[in-house]
Amino acid sequence: MALPERLAHAFSTTAFRVAAITVAVYLIFAGLVVGLLLWQTNRVLTNQVLSTLSAEAALLKSEAQSGGRDAVVRAVEARSRADGPGLYFLADAQGNKLAGNLSRLPPEIASMPSGGVFRYTPGAQSDDERLAVAIPVDIGTGEQLIVGRDVDEQRRFTGEMGTIYFLALGFLTLGGLLAGFAVSRIALKRVETINAAARSIMAGDMSRRIAVSGIGDEYDTLAINLNAMLERIEALMGGLREVSDNIAHDLKTPLTRLRNSAEAALRETGERAYREGLEHTIEKADELIKTFNSLLLVARLEAGALDENAELFDAARVVEDVAELYEPVAEERGMSLSYNVDASAVVTGNRQLVVQAVANLIENAIKYSGRPRAGTDSGSAITVDLRDGTDSVVISVADNGPGIAPEDRERVLKRFVRLEKSRTEPGTGLGLSLVQAVARLHGGSVRLEDNKPGLRVVLTLPKRPEDR
Amino acid sequence: MHVLVVEDDRETAQFLQKALKESGHGADLAEDGETGQSLAEQGVYDVLIVDRMLPRLDGLSMIRELRKKGVRTPVLILSALGEVDDRVKGLRAGGDDYLTKPYAYSELLARVEALARRAVPEEQETRYVVDGLVLDRLSHRVTRDGEAIQLQPREYRLLEYLMKHAGQVVTRTMLLEHVWDYHFDPQTNVIDVHVSRLRAKIDKNFEKPLLHTVRGAGYTIRDGTA
Repeated sequence: MALPERLAHAFSTTAFRVAAITVAVYLIFAGLVVGLLLWQTNRVLTNQVLSTLSAEAALLKSEAQSGGRDAVVRAVEARSRADGPGLYFLADAQGNKLAGNLSRLPPEIASMPSGGVFRYTPGAQSDDERLAVAIPVDIGTGEQLIVGRDVDEQRRFTGEMGTIYFLALGFLTLGGLLAGFAVSRIALKRVETINAAARSIMAGDMSRRIAVSGIGDEYDTLAINLNAMLERIEALMGGLREVSDNIAHDLKTPLTRLRNSAEAALRETGERAYREGLEHTIEKADELIKTFNSLLLVARLEAGALDENAELFDAARVVEDVAELYEPVAEERGMSLSYNVDASAVVTGNRQLVVQAVANLIENAIKYSGRPRAGTDSGSAITVDLRDGTDSVVISVADNGPGIAPEDRERVLKRFVRLEKSRTEPGTGLGLSLVQAVARLHGGSVRLEDNKPGLRVVLTLPKRPEDR
Repeated sequence: MHVLVVEDDRETAQFLQKALKESGHGADLAEDGETGQSLAEQGVYDVLIVDRMLPRLDGLSMIRELRKKGVRTPVLILSALGEVDDRVKGLRAGGDDYLTKPYAYSELLARVEALARRAVPEEQETRYVVDGLVLDRLSHRVTRDGEAIQLQPREYRLLEYLMKHAGQVVTRTMLLEHVWDYHFDPQTNVIDVHVSRLRAKIDKNFEKPLLHTVRGAGYTIRDGTA
């Protein structure tokens, strides 16, 4: 940036404006203080002169009273000769000068009984006007006496004082503005670092972070917070990308099957074959829709928070009802489903979602624990438990089927993960993902355990939503 | 039965109109909320099928307006939004039933017919009768040809719902929603198992079956042979 531009930029910054306003306000007050100071100095000096004058006047008055007119004339003449700031003028009642070092009666003083300021020219040879203060003195004999004092030195002194004060003010102003400018430059530089980082992030460099100076000031706090925010955004975006990659990949398979089924039907001939082909195609489409709906639900639960549908409900009733719903299904497959549920377990949450989570767990147990084999009781018993704890409700669904190997237990919670042996059963591969999403939404968790033999899935829901 | 379909997607609307005609029902179309509202206000329809997203006036606002004006025609809401809270919002706006797109036509037809039935001024029926099968809603007793049938509470409610809609097709989803108050897609044949248990109790020892399976759709209870 060229210097004028940089200057213009600095002038338009907040930091500079704040500095300028501060300096202006300071200047107004400083000006007032200096003015007051000068005025007061002048007043003190003038008062001092006036009191000297009145002392002198009293002296001359007493001279007149004791010695009469001649004594005054002598005294005034003596004083006039003295080399000093004293100024005197004595005239008779008609105005004729009798004695003194002033050439004439200052007209300003004649009309002012309490005295005042006037200008005079000392000596005939000089035209240098000087300032003086004088008071008229009534010495009681009819003569007019003026006693004054040259205050030109004082005037110069205060004048010089004023100059110094205003010069100082000027320096202060300049200094303040320079300081403001410098501060704004520093602030700008820090803000510019943040701007530069923001620009390159907008340009696509998501891994870029704002430099932290380490001073620990507000800018550092801002940078640290912004960096944390960027970190979170990057993580969310990464998660989103992974999810959409998975979705694209995992929906392609059923879409291909759907297409294949339609194509196969087209190659057939005869109304019956067409009908069967279409029915098969619709079946595939329905499966796809089911998968898609589950996927959307899981995604929405993972992204969201419990909304206005959160209600107080008895999880014990829910578990009992769902277990009751599936009891005949298990029985039909030659299994037994028993449940052991505490009297009541009130939780805050979304009842429909908890229903669905429990239903998914029971359906999994029915589908994957396998049909009972002759001579063993493997895969024959499903037990559903609910324990009402102080802080949380623990729901567990256990079977005595083949179970899941410890190394696979984390994996099956992920979307679309189906273990090899379960692929023959219909399903979306999203059941446990949904259970986990529901648990997380409620601030709870899902754990897969060894039921020795079989699998036990433990769903924990906190009772109070504020514990989340 | 006369149905008004308020749907802005022409292909969907025409598909519905054609399908409803084939099922023996008349269907008019409206492409936006305002047209839909003014047609519905004439009060000649038995059921309204309303899409949620409509130009000019969205589906839920249209239903709210109609209800404000005292139009009580039952409404089936169609929506791409299928979460629990979307359903609640739809019903709160004055809808009577909610169906998520994409849907099977058989599901839609069953729900529309059930809604039309509801619109018939329902004298507080205390007994449902289908042939020799009698369900007494006051004493909660079920008899067939005078013979008492013992049912579990859930089986009783299942039968009650089927008999309330006697002669109509009731889908598995409708049963799950109305008998159990659950809104999810079971991955197993759970409803079929319950229905076949009920069937064993009411039909097994009798000559004429009353509870029929409608292939690709659901169940129906009716007097007559399948």
